[in-house]
Amino acid sequence: MSGRSPRLTRGRVALAILVTSLLLALALALGASLGAGRASLWTLLPGGGPASDVDRSILLDVRIPRVLLAAILGGALTLAGAVFQALLRNPLADPYVLGVSGGASIGGIVALLLGGASGTLLGRLGVPAAAFAGALVSLALIERVATVGGRLSVYTLLLTGAIFNAFSAALIYFLQSVASLEELHGIVFYLMGRIPSFALSELAWLGGAVAATAVALTAMARDYNALSLGEEGARQLGVDVERVKRRTFVLGSLLTALAVSVAGLIGFVGLVVPHVLRRLLGPDHRLLLPTAFLGGAGFLVLADLAARILVAPNELPVGVVTALVGGPFFLYLLRGTTREHAGR
Amino acid sequence: MSTRGAEPAAIEARDLSFAFGALPIVSDVTLAVRPGEVVGLVGPNGSGKSTLVRVLSGVLGGYRGSARVEGREVCEVAPRQLARTLAVVPQEPVFGFAFRAREIVLMGRHPHLAGLAFESDRDLELAERALDRCGAADLAARSIHELSAGERQRIVFARALAQEPRVLLLDEPASFLDIRHQVELYDVVRELAAVERVAVLTVLHDLNLAAEYCDRIYLLRDGRIEAGGPTAEVLTYANLKRVFDTDVYVDLNALTGKLLVVPLPGRVRRSGSGPGV
Repeated sequence: MSGRSPRLTRGRVALAILVTSLLLALALALGASLGAGRASLWTLLPGGGPASDVDRSILLDVRIPRVLLAAILGGALTLAGAVFQALLRNPLADPYVLGVSGGASIGGIVALLLGGASGTLLGRLGVPAAAFAGALVSLALIERVATVGGRLSVYTLLLTGAIFNAFSAALIYFLQSVASLEELHGIVFYLMGRIPSFALSELAWLGGAVAATAVALTAMARDYNALSLGEEGARQLGVDVERVKRRTFVLGSLLTALAVSVAGLIGFVGLVVPHVLRRLLGPDHRLLLPTAFLGGAGFLVLADLAARILVAPNELPVGVVTALVGGPFFLYLLRGTTREHAGR
Repeated sequence: MSTRGAEPAAIEARDLSFAFGALPIVSDVTLAVRPGEVVGLVGPNGSGKSTLVRVLSGVLGGYRGSARVEGREVCEVAPRQLARTLAVVPQEPVFGFAFRAREIVLMGRHPHLAGLAFESDRDLELAERALDRCGAADLAARSIHELSAGERQRIVFARALAQEPRVLLLDEPASFLDIRHQVELYDVVRELAAVERVAVLTVLHDLNLAAEYCDRIYLLRDGRIEAGGPTAEVLTYANLKRVFDTDVYVDLNALTGKLLVVPLPGRVRRSGSGPGV
């Protein structure tokens, strides 16, 4: 980005949002068009060629909702990762680092074990609902533990999150060890992360909740820049640090909770995408947060596409794809940035 | 300085005490800095200087007594309101992500901007001018992580200037600077006080800089003010010996007419050749 204007302007942010939106649209179109059968967006257009009812149904009832869900979840996870990185002033934070994902996993698994695996509507929505409830319980617990003398301590938050995750992992192993073989299979697939089928009407609710949360978080973008100077530094620049920390923890955790409840643990999206964008566009959160949301959405759509077509007619869990792609890529990036963050 | 008594203080502490848990750090401090004054805070390591600055800057709650900036209690003012008045140069600034120096200086405009707003041309101009005044214009495009400790210190000072404060708290702003940049920084400080009537409270270890640039000095030991008053009356052999528990040679700088303070090595003290003044 050499030769860029010496300050960030509205125009530059708008341009970056436009470009990432176009890339997201491209990813959505690809995701909706490729896969089993000959259904593609093309056939939906008037005069776009013959479309059988089956193709049309695959497209409208299965593929488009799935692609949109992947976009919503990818955006949510990436934004959660970006704001947690800002909160902790650490580029290696991810959406799961503060512990709510543990509560969500346990809630989901308990629901699975109680018979939610059946194909009924109650079963399909019961698991996410139980997972979300588990996430909320853990969120409340973690916030309580990490509040010291009326202030939310970031270090205690990080430690509490780590302990919560370790404890949840132990509890999950326990549940797995008492589960039947069939249940075990369900649990493993739930945890690995995959994009489920939702109806478009359900997606509207989910998308609305994620969008509202994303707007509230992005509104604090300039505060996150100041927070880069430490809590005292930010406060001395006029940031209401306690409010920003608490909001970020709660809203970021809600995004994470929604994503984990619906799709299990999809790793690396929330870590890699903000990291790449920070390298491309610089650290200013007014530019980073919106592009991270859109970029993360596009990334997960493509990862899910790969998960669907790589071993067709079988399907990989999308969490496996993001980890297989994200892990090595992240290491590659890290080699170039260790020096950059050495001064932290 | 004859009008000093009439003007209300910009920084005012009254019977101010602060403790970390049961450990008292600042005890019953009463001090005042008026607009246009440069006041020094001098004392040995661990005497509570930085803590006092942090309390006055509003980042440490739970103090006893009163700490006011422009008449308002710092723990009661909204952070944004306070930051429009008061700029702070901390002793150990933190830099998280790899912002460029100019972006760091622009952050000084944060309290003056609303919501998601972007910096205006005027904000950019203020930042450039602040960089210029600190002789740091050539550092503007560099990543803050690539700069030396002294260069960073100048950037943080420039950020405080860009904030357009009426009150300035400096915590050893020149500790990493070479002599040229030390003098340049304190020249800017004096100019701010003289021209823009900024009230400045600065922690410093260099007693000669203190003698040269401060109108008044408070000597701090174990969280208490041991002496306070016009610089020439406070930086005496007796006061410094008592507060620092070390011998110094105090003389007049023939060129500037200000005090000159030289710490004496142990062998001179032992030989009994005797301290001056």
